[in-house]
Amino acid sequence: MMNSLISLGAGFLDWLEAVGRAGIFIVQSLVRLPVRLGESINLLIRQLYSVGVLSLVIIIVSGTFIGMVLSLQGYSILAKFGSSGSVGQLLALSLLRELGPVVTALLFAGRAGSSLTAEIGLMKATEQLSSYEMMGVDPLRRVIAPRFIAGVISLPLLSFVFSAAGIIGGMLVSVGWLGVSDGSFWSLMQQSVNFDTDVINGLIKAVVFAVVVTWIAVYQGYECVPTSEGIGKATTRTVVLGSLAILALDFILTAAMFGDF
Amino acid sequence: MRSKRVELLVGCFIVLGVVAFVYLAIQVSGLAFTGKKDTYQVVAEFDDIGGLTDRSKVTIAGVTVGHVVSISYDKKLYMAKVTMAIDSDVNNIPVDSSIAILTSGLLGEKYLGITIGADEKVLKNGSQIYDTQSALVLENLISQFLFNKTSQSDSKK
Amino acid sequence: MIYEDVSLDIPRGKITAVMGPSGTGKTTLLKLIAAQLYPDSGHIFVDGQDIHSLSRSDLYKVREKIGMLFQSGALFSDMSVFENVAFPLQEHTKFDASKIERIVLEKLHSVGLRGAAKLLPSELSGGMARRVALARAIALDPELVMFDEPFTGQDPISKGVLVELIRQLNDGSGITSIVVSHDVEESLSIADHVCILSGGHVIAQGAPSDIRASDDAQVKQFLNGEPDGPVPFHYPESVVDEQRSQR
Repeated sequence: MMNSLISLGAGFLDWLEAVGRAGIFIVQSLVRLPVRLGESINLLIRQLYSVGVLSLVIIIVSGTFIGMVLSLQGYSILAKFGSSGSVGQLLALSLLRELGPVVTALLFAGRAGSSLTAEIGLMKATEQLSSYEMMGVDPLRRVIAPRFIAGVISLPLLSFVFSAAGIIGGMLVSVGWLGVSDGSFWSLMQQSVNFDTDVINGLIKAVVFAVVVTWIAVYQGYECVPTSEGIGKATTRTVVLGSLAILALDFILTAAMFGDF
Repeated sequence: MRSKRVELLVGCFIVLGVVAFVYLAIQVSGLAFTGKKDTYQVVAEFDDIGGLTDRSKVTIAGVTVGHVVSISYDKKLYMAKVTMAIDSDVNNIPVDSSIAILTSGLLGEKYLGITIGADEKVLKNGSQIYDTQSALVLENLISQFLFNKTSQSDSKK
Repeated sequence: MIYEDVSLDIPRGKITAVMGPSGTGKTTLLKLIAAQLYPDSGHIFVDGQDIHSLSRSDLYKVREKIGMLFQSGALFSDMSVFENVAFPLQEHTKFDASKIERIVLEKLHSVGLRGAAKLLPSELSGGMARRVALARAIALDPELVMFDEPFTGQDPISKGVLVELIRQLNDGSGITSIVVSHDVEESLSIADHVCILSGGHVIAQGAPSDIRASDDAQVKQFLNGEPDGPVPFHYPESVVDEQRSQR
């Protein structure tokens, strides 16, 4: 009994310490300002490429398919109530409020998060991070900051692309294939979707997820045990912790935004 | 070279993201960037507003001419006070017009419909529409229907 | 606990070889000198300054005068050979592009890899990567260069090239060098001053000839590579038990 209490307390303190360290880590890497602006922008562009552009294909393809499946499922249920025209409404609301940010963030954790962790871990294992330090260059500013910022910029953009792809995919299925009328598809959608509550709240979610997932990814990479086994474990942790954090935060954010209490 | 290609692709990525955002804003949520239209406010009091909410639309002959700004409870009259904003270019609504709470489709959203009256004077900012017709509440309709049925069958005896 | 009462001097302008069996903390020593690690107790003076009491920005200034060649080379994998060598110059000097290019090509020329400037680190062999890393370490003309296991995993030719380069560097520009290694022959052949670490202590210190002449049992075992001696062949079981019980 005593022992389990002790281990509970110790576990909690360890966790607090890790969170604190991660917090200091990210603040330090953002606060130490870049020496030369042009170079920082160059680094950022390179990261935007590897984090954002390379994730585009998976985002567009998954978005389109999820939109198409939603339309098929939604149509078959709505048709029972004779309101198959509302399929656009269903599609837009579920994509903008939930699936856009959440699925994009999950895919992002798997695609970009894991590669960030592995890349930074490898730089640690091959002493590249120490090497920066030895040259009097802060690796937090040089390696971590551009990757973090690129992640925070990319994920919301990817989430818009995802939602747009989903709506277009859903429209192809419901209007082009199932025969929902074009007019009611768009007009019911536009009536029910509200810019402030739906588009903006989706954006807020995406930004929150972006910060959390990228943060976890770069921190796991930076703190990993610099061996091949350690990098593998850190990569797995990024995906697992990232996904759990996304889903838990999604519940909290949804309750705060749409819960009405 | 290599970095030029990277820069180009990143540029395309950002443009694509912004285009998707604008698409979602305009095509999907129906946001209009025409700026704030000039409006004037009109008040109406209802016995029962049913499911009417803020931002519900106000129509004349089915065309949207404004939206509900606020709904509050009038303690003195025990009625719902609905304030709506009407586009200022629709400036010829007679004061004796009537307003009703309507439903789009059987289960659709509630909106306000104005039926034009015949008076020479028109509504201005702060005017009130007195002729109001409350929302149809499904339960009331059904109980009325049942009541009529029973009274019919009573009178046949 | 890696060291007990270790005290050693690195003479300026000479090549000092720090040798010892694996796991005696030779790399740790270099990291302590560069203040990447902080000691629990004790002081390290670099060029007269207690390096662990410096502020972050002062420390970074001192590090500009220190070059380090890492065990794995540690070339930045996202930059070409040229960019790798140019990086410290771009960071710490205000030279214009043409001057940087001249210095970089000169440094690459001195390690014999001027022709490889456009390659990426992944396209280099291990020996070439280490030579590029050496060019990068000396790009800023440091006063002190530290070599972490420069000979490990190199073929005899590469070893010879590296020995030659380290020698030339020292003769040519009077750089203070610290070579950490357990390759006895190569180290003794270039060092002016040798220091052997074992079990947390300095067990021998002096000129290579003195070391060779030493009759200390531990030193002899290390130099001649005898499997058994003061450093036992059998790993002591008591240590494992002790480590496990601490967990």
